[in-house]
Amino acid sequence: MNKILLIIKREYLSRVKKKSFLLVTFLVPLFLIGIYALTIYLTAKSFEGNQATIYVIDQSSLIEGKLSNTKNITFMDVSDDIVAEKARILSEKEKTLLLIIPPDVATSSNVELYAKETASFGIQNEVSRQLEQVLRDIAFANAGIDRATVERISPNVTLSAKEISADGEKDSSAGAAMGIAISLSILVYICLFLYGAQVMRGIIEEKNSRIVEVIISSVKPFQLMMGKIIGIGLVGLTQFILWIVLSTTLMGVASAGIMDGRDIKAQIENQQRVSGDGVTPATKSQGGLFSKATHELSKVDFQTIVITFLLYFFGGYLLYSALFAAVGSAVDSETETQQFMFPITIPLLFTYILSFGILVNDPHGPLAFWLSMIPFTSPIAMLVRIPFGVPVWQIGLSLALLVGGFVLTTWVAGRIYRVGILMYGKKASYKELAKWFRYKG
Amino acid sequence: MLKNVKTCNVTISELRRLNRMNQYTHMLEVKNIVKQYANHRALDDVSTRVAKGSIFGLLGPNGAGKTSLIRIINQITAPDSGEVYFDGERLNPNHISRIGYLPEERGLYKKMEIGEQMLYLAQLKGLSRKEAVDRIKHWFEKMEMQSWWNKKVEDLSKGMQQKVQFVATVIHRPDLIILDEPFTGFDPVNANIIKEEILALNRSGATIIFSTHRMESVEELCDSIVLINKSKKILDGKVKEIRNTYRTNTYRVEHLAHDEPIPAVEGLFSIENSVHAGENTILTIKVAAGKTINDVLTYLIPLVQIQELKEVIPSIHDIFVQQVTAQTSNTLIATSE
Repeated sequence: MNKILLIIKREYLSRVKKKSFLLVTFLVPLFLIGIYALTIYLTAKSFEGNQATIYVIDQSSLIEGKLSNTKNITFMDVSDDIVAEKARILSEKEKTLLLIIPPDVATSSNVELYAKETASFGIQNEVSRQLEQVLRDIAFANAGIDRATVERISPNVTLSAKEISADGEKDSSAGAAMGIAISLSILVYICLFLYGAQVMRGIIEEKNSRIVEVIISSVKPFQLMMGKIIGIGLVGLTQFILWIVLSTTLMGVASAGIMDGRDIKAQIENQQRVSGDGVTPATKSQGGLFSKATHELSKVDFQTIVITFLLYFFGGYLLYSALFAAVGSAVDSETETQQFMFPITIPLLFTYILSFGILVNDPHGPLAFWLSMIPFTSPIAMLVRIPFGVPVWQIGLSLALLVGGFVLTTWVAGRIYRVGILMYGKKASYKELAKWFRYKG
Repeated sequence: MLKNVKTCNVTISELRRLNRMNQYTHMLEVKNIVKQYANHRALDDVSTRVAKGSIFGLLGPNGAGKTSLIRIINQITAPDSGEVYFDGERLNPNHISRIGYLPEERGLYKKMEIGEQMLYLAQLKGLSRKEAVDRIKHWFEKMEMQSWWNKKVEDLSKGMQQKVQFVATVIHRPDLIILDEPFTGFDPVNANIIKEEILALNRSGATIIFSTHRMESVEELCDSIVLINKSKKILDGKVKEIRNTYRTNTYRVEHLAHDEPIPAVEGLFSIENSVHAGENTILTIKVAAGKTINDVLTYLIPLVQIQELKEVIPSIHDIFVQQVTAQTSNTLIATSE
């Protein structure tokens, strides 16, 4: 046991002390934060926009004077000479756009907006929203309906999905859950391969440098294999935990400092307020979607997800890295690993692909259930299901099966490994591996 | 009382070693070992004994089964049948820390610093960290490698790496040191240094097993040997006794050159070879059955001036070749019948 600890320590320290480990550990969260900050920045930009002046040529005479200025947009009626006005916006220094409303706008609803550079999404949205509102008012007026009446009687349905369970009811978070589920499946898929391959490479290195025979005259091959697997697994866990800690800290700093979260919220509210007294159902539902997303995310049980992720990553890693170890022991160089990688890749790839469709859409169906029980597929399948809520007994059973699975694979891998590491310059076939497995002692 | 302690020359570690070794006379006893691999039998009913404190040669051509046997002794693999006794006890995992093994296929972690690496290997052999540090420092001083502590293996020359490897093999003061092809890859200077260290370890009580296919390289060093060919033991025993057994009653007689060559005498001796070396002639003669070299001398003395007489004792290599050819021809006869 003491010797296994020594091996774990060496495997762990020799990797954690590497510059590349530190680099990856600190760069990945920075990269994530970068993406996050950029998204916030762009979102804010699109809400904010620059100050813009919009020249309006109203050939229909229906809209004139009914467009209201906002914080960023100033509307200005100009002459009817389209050619001259187009030339004018080209010569303007300030951001100037030209809105041309055709005579038949009431029936065709076709309006053109010219700009030197394509108008920002925020401006486009605002213009079309105001036009729609004006046209709707006109249509209501023509039909002899008062807008106030319409607003009063127009139904506004907000669908809030609830989950019901023995513990009570809670708000469902299907959308956020789906996003998280897919991210988890990608993360675990990549990580299983990443760290599994590290085990394999480590073993090939020991075999190539011929130190393996020196070491196994002191320890059992199985101890060496397990020490390596656990050591590298702990490196993985360390990396995850550092990533989580660093990301949350940086995320906090990023939202508090560079891009003030409250500021954006204030801007959105401001936008809605300025956009006029007439808030239509359309705008309401748009704002609703945004807040719904943030609301859903806030409801997701991140603690459970992080814990189950770490458990399933480690369990799945132990199971697969044992197989990677067996492959590493059977070859002399990485290029020879191809033929053995295939059967290892298949169950993972299969679940990974399914997770984007069937599993996410039907997280409680029979396929999802069975895949999340089979040890070879459960690390991905169960993690996909977790954000949708999985009964505790299923998680327990699946984890127990996973433990059983890795005990089995490490046993099989250990038997191949102990023979494989002493075979130099011999190309192994599956038949050979089976023979090794049956060797005595 | 105090006086006694002062005069006592045995260090504590040596006492510990003496204490560990019981009164059993054999360090190692191998009994009827059979090891079968899928397509061939690596060891076929091999038995031998290694006396405590001796230098033992495990000899045979490549592929004879030497490494298979060593791996069994090191408990890297297990035999299909047969038993191994270490210092009188059935081989068990506790013995691992009492054996030092330098494999033929040897190496170190290339990217790891020498000091760290030695510490790791020593601790795997059961030394405490502190103990390991002390001993490594001691060895590094002895071998003039102090400056290597923080160097990576890949930055050392091949010869330096092998010194490190050797120190790693003996750092835990094993009672039994097994060296598989120890001198291949060493340059002559380093090979000599290592050979001296091995002999010193042997003098301080360690039993040494040399495994090699280059029999002449260890013949002078070994007290006893076992000869293995094609997974079977051919012979074993004390080197002197073996060579005596394989004496062919052949002598080398050097005498002043004579005008007429000396003829063989039927029933007394035959002449195997005759060469001229300067003023002398060197005869290789075989004494006939029932006669002794004295009878031959009595015949020769009146004829020539004898300068030197020496018995030609076959080397282990000669014996091996002789045995193997005998075996092969036997097999040939057996198959042709």
